[in-house]
Amino acid sequence: MASETADKARIARQFIEAIPFSKALKMSLDEIGDGLAVISMPYDEGLVGDPRTGVIHGGAVSALMDTCGGAAVMSHPEALAATATIDLRIDYMRPATPGERITARAHCYHVTRSVAFIRAEAFDSDEARPVAAATGAFTVTRG
Amino acid sequence: MRQAPEPVHIIKERRDKALAALVEGVPYIRTLGVGFDRRGDELTAVLNYDDKLIGNPLLPALHGGATASFLEVSAIMELSFHILWDEIENGRLDADTLTPETLPRLPKTIDFTVDYLRSGLPRDAYARARVNRSGRRYASVHVEAWQDNRDRLFAQATGHFLMPDRS
Repeated sequence: MASETADKARIARQFIEAIPFSKALKMSLDEIGDGLAVISMPYDEGLVGDPRTGVIHGGAVSALMDTCGGAAVMSHPEALAATATIDLRIDYMRPATPGERITARAHCYHVTRSVAFIRAEAFDSDEARPVAAATGAFTVTRG
Repeated sequence: MRQAPEPVHIIKERRDKALAALVEGVPYIRTLGVGFDRRGDELTAVLNYDDKLIGNPLLPALHGGATASFLEVSAIMELSFHILWDEIENGRLDADTLTPETLPRLPKTIDFTVDYLRSGLPRDAYARARVNRSGRRYASVHVEAWQDNRDRLFAQATGHFLMPDRS
């Protein structure tokens, strides 16, 4: 059982790190397993949404949240390797501090026969105050 | 006597310059490869296909994050362009001298909800945003995105935005 979980984590990591868009945004998988995923993304000039402040675009945070949510679904013991987003809602609580790495943590907290539900939060170096929060629904594909 | 209307090329040039200044100021728009077509004050955002936008290489399909980004960029640009349009057409701002410092501040996203209707195909995508309500402080915007067929949306989104101070 333990090796099966480890196997799943390895497959998920390979799969996620091979995603072209995640690669383009330089995302890296920091932790994965049992419906939990942690993915982070470095600050980059190319992600800036407001030139006057240097704050990264909300869309880039959404992309990180979506990837992390999908990874959490794929790592869930009851879900299988492929998933697609059905819906994703993001609340932006504060601007991310320019120059800082953004880390998203997603938890796949419930899985039915066809749908997986996730909650996620994104942080910069201030781990007490999330930058954004997300809730989403993803498809579940079983073998 | 009625004043003669402005020559068409002057109007067009002024409006295109205003749009270009707004778009060029946002690095993430360039990173995604998004462009904007303008017909009067109507904007259509174009996501130019690139292999880096893929999220599932096996299908292949566009990344949900790329789609979300495209929709959010379209919504913010719709709001910003209308703010700028007013400033330019009323003569409060000069389209020839716009810089990131003189451009109106951008609206800030409060929340954004994306509804994925079908998988995004590996080709260009288009989006149009509609401002359903724009008050002094808050705005609500709906965005629709399609690829080959305008009636077959592949994604839509609704977002709320905090409007910049306009004193």
